[in-house]
Amino acid sequence: MNVCASISRRVAFLIEMSVLGALLFLVASAVGAHALTFPQLTGRVVDEAGILDPATKAALERKLADFETRTTGQLVVVTLKSLQGTSIEDYGYQLGRHWGVGQKEKNSGALLIVAPSERKVRIEVGYGLEGNLTDAVSKLIIENSIVPRFRAGDFAGGINRGVDDIIQAATVDPEEWRQRAKQRPDDQPRMVDIIVFILFLIVLIMIMRNLGQRGGRPVARRGGPVFVPIPFPSGSGWSRSSGGFSGGGGFSGGGGSFGGGGASGSW
Amino acid sequence: MPIVGSSLQTFSRLVRVVTLVCLGSLLAGCGVNNIPTYDEQAKAKWSDVQNQYQRRADLIPNLVETVKGYAAQEREVLTQVTEARSKASQIKVDASTVTDPAKFKEYQDAQNSLSGALGRLLVTVERYPDLKSNQNFLALQSQLEGTENRIAVARRDYVENVRIYNTELKTFPGILWASTLYRNYKPMETFAATPESQRPPTVKF
Repeated sequence: MNVCASISRRVAFLIEMSVLGALLFLVASAVGAHALTFPQLTGRVVDEAGILDPATKAALERKLADFETRTTGQLVVVTLKSLQGTSIEDYGYQLGRHWGVGQKEKNSGALLIVAPSERKVRIEVGYGLEGNLTDAVSKLIIENSIVPRFRAGDFAGGINRGVDDIIQAATVDPEEWRQRAKQRPDDQPRMVDIIVFILFLIVLIMIMRNLGQRGGRPVARRGGPVFVPIPFPSGSGWSRSSGGFSGGGGFSGGGGSFGGGGASGSW
Repeated sequence: MPIVGSSLQTFSRLVRVVTLVCLGSLLAGCGVNNIPTYDEQAKAKWSDVQNQYQRRADLIPNLVETVKGYAAQEREVLTQVTEARSKASQIKVDASTVTDPAKFKEYQDAQNSLSGALGRLLVTVERYPDLKSNQNFLALQSQLEGTENRIAVARRDYVENVRIYNTELKTFPGILWASTLYRNYKPMETFAATPESQRPPTVKF
């Protein structure tokens, strides 16, 4: 009797806890959803507010694409109709994460956000570019290159100049590129790779032989040693793939993340 | 007999291994790994929060020195900032802080009072045009702004991850594991949203 009661109490407790947890989850997810809507990432320039003429936009696109192929960074210019009641800082990092601007492994994305109706501008910097585009540098670019032109009503000029400055700051200095070029492995397989490969083969053959003897019947004796195709070890982890960027017509972010770095200004 | 026995043995060993693998993936399917996984994620976010607060603390001595050069008479507010900083730095925090409500509150209060003191300092600075146009001060100010924004983002990420972890501890499949395998995993504390922490301080130029 007692046992029964205690078990049913336990079950009731468990159910209660589950219901409570589910409720908590519902409430939390309702609170957690900021209900911000983001524009489509249609290209390297997303002109939602419609402040850029087609020629400027095309020139910017070319400049940004060139920056992307020259370095590991990715910069997207976006103009917004509205900040939807939140601050540009809050909107900015969420937009960056939503689009996934920048390479995933390097988080090397940046956004230039312009919100003309709120008269706000922000440079949102991904984790990986924070070393080059520090808060102070971003602030200087905004205050010196962008805001004066915006005040005069010259959006195209301000954005153009801002993009130039950001690209200049985000481009890794040439010394580092020379360093990287030295680390780049030759196309010929190196000695270490060959030794590793041979050792690997020997171990493999030994394992095969052992297996054949254990099983009581020699398996791999018929056609000579069994050959298993093995991907050649490449040695160092340097790869030439361009991360998550898709070239050509379709354009998308590489999955980079943002942590609120950068600076904002208003005019 | 020996040959048959050995092959039987091999077979039963194989069966055992396969069963173990199957059981393992079955258990993983019911979320046996969820609690430790979410725990680690939340703790990683917590160290982000700590890092950003540390970054802010590192900026302060430089900021105080720069302000002193132009506004030495504002001793009171400068002392407040320095004191609040040293108080906040004295609190020892680690991964266990997040499950200790008292310690967590102490940490949060100390950081909040530092935020308050910094806010007062930045308001005071408005009265000194020379200081406001000093390049060094401008750089520091933008770094401080950026850091406050990073703190806000890190805190929000942490709160979100703790929500997932705490929910796992209290909802159905997770609650079974929490009450059996993971008895020592406790719910984590989150930041109470104070009005000034909702958004970074706005600094006018």
